[in-house]
Amino acid sequence: MERNIMMAGFGGQGVMTMGKLLAEATCDATDLKVSFFPSYGAAMRGGTANCFVVISDDEIGAPVCYNVEDLIVMNGPSLHAFLKNVKPGGNVFINSTIVTDPIDRDDVNVISAPVTQMALDMGNDRALNVIMLGVYVGYTDAVPEEVIIKGIEHKFENKQKLIPPNVEAFKKGLEIGRAQKK
Amino acid sequence: MAERVFMKGCEAIAEAGVRAGCRFFAGYPITPQNEIPEYFARRMPEVGGVFVQGESEVASVNMLYGAAAAGARAMSSSSSCGISLYSEGVSYCASARLPVVYVNVQRGGPGIGAIQPAQQDYLQATKASGNGGFQMIVLAPATVQECVDMVYEGFELAARDNNPVLILTDGVIGTMMEPVVLPPMKSDEELAQLKEKYGVTKRACIGHPLGQQAKCFPGSAGTGQELVNKEAEKLYATWDKDVRVEKFLVDDAEIIFAAYGISARISKAIVKQLRAEGIKAGMIRPITVNPFPYDAFRDLDFNQVKGILDVEMSIPAQMRWDIDFAVQGRCQINECRRSGGQLLTNDQVLEGARQLIKEVL
Repeated sequence: MERNIMMAGFGGQGVMTMGKLLAEATCDATDLKVSFFPSYGAAMRGGTANCFVVISDDEIGAPVCYNVEDLIVMNGPSLHAFLKNVKPGGNVFINSTIVTDPIDRDDVNVISAPVTQMALDMGNDRALNVIMLGVYVGYTDAVPEEVIIKGIEHKFENKQKLIPPNVEAFKKGLEIGRAQKK
Repeated sequence: MAERVFMKGCEAIAEAGVRAGCRFFAGYPITPQNEIPEYFARRMPEVGGVFVQGESEVASVNMLYGAAAAGARAMSSSSSCGISLYSEGVSYCASARLPVVYVNVQRGGPGIGAIQPAQQDYLQATKASGNGGFQMIVLAPATVQECVDMVYEGFELAARDNNPVLILTDGVIGTMMEPVVLPPMKSDEELAQLKEKYGVTKRACIGHPLGQQAKCFPGSAGTGQELVNKEAEKLYATWDKDVRVEKFLVDDAEIIFAAYGISARISKAIVKQLRAEGIKAGMIRPITVNPFPYDAFRDLDFNQVKGILDVEMSIPAQMRWDIDFAVQGRCQINECRRSGGQLLTNDQVLEGARQLIKEVL
């Protein structure tokens, strides 16, 4: 089975890091095929930032897909730009702290989490992406949670003190994702 | 099995070069291949190699000429309009029969072109990468793993033939990340043995084995030029054995996708989808785009094959010329195309396939 994930937001929200963390962790801890493709504007902060992750048990064709199972939107413009790209029955993950517009489709599952606010409340405002990844994995089980925890440990192996807060952020997201599972 | 690591196409290309023994890299920045020189800049000091950011593409390719002439495993990379600036230098390398490896991470064109991925340089890469009618083995990877394998092997082919080798890839494969298994690092001892094997230690400063220097000197008067051309022609005639092609579910196929590189991996996914629907689809993927696998197309049973879909990220289509040359009008050929800035997707290839099926099946 192939799973296409599109993640979108603006520069500085950690969209690329979120996609890379999911993809690299999947590469390291599973036998699945996986690809990551970044797409971003010229501005490092504030510009558009999207990435595509494909996870599959067979060879992957296009690493870029505009007809996805899962969409993660971290800001308002991304919702309006990409909502149309979600397959009927697909999942839309919303950063509800700043994405407040209504979702004008009734054939997709909407999973909301105020990840920007949660990150601020945790005193770790950069962790919004890791919380969102938790929400995503908690809801979809796209990969086992241990895969991402190992990925976080690997990513911060030279900054050990960042591992516990990121694992905590990920687990907070997991809870929200699981709670919204039907 | 060796451990797989998650790498970006461009970085994997650079690491494969280092592991193949590349100890000289010169290049000039251009999107979407900047991660190649960036990687070499960091990596070369670790292995005692040399990285130079040239003042231009022209300077870089001529440094490549010099390094290869002096016996170093030398490599460079650029993208489309930058590759155009390599034309003269690569032609000189071909004339002097120097084993260099270079990479074109294709973007839009003509002119400066969009910085996004494309396959707009096929004819340039396969037919005339510079003046003088020289040819090169041109390898076209479809995955990050193939980027690694082809760069690694490219150095052997270049050394075997004393001729440039081109890796023709594109901005999607250069930019995307995938799991790869890296080949072993060639040791200093191995590299010394290879130099001996390929006669590199006896090479004169212009690149020819000593003794052939007089008759092959570039720019020489009299019969020298013709000798150079005849020697080159003899080499090109040996490349039949180097033709590489992937034939996927071709045996009973009624429609055939023809695609290389990024377009091929997308086409393959669609072939599988169509097969699941009971449609007899297959794919021919040139892995060497020069020498081109003409026989893979010539030998098709055209009583069975009803149509070919040429899938390229190029407008107008370019590989179409080679397919036409082999097929000679024996079946219908449709095109599914996209160019710089517009990425080819599964859905678009599927749409092209449905149209062909409607017309020929």
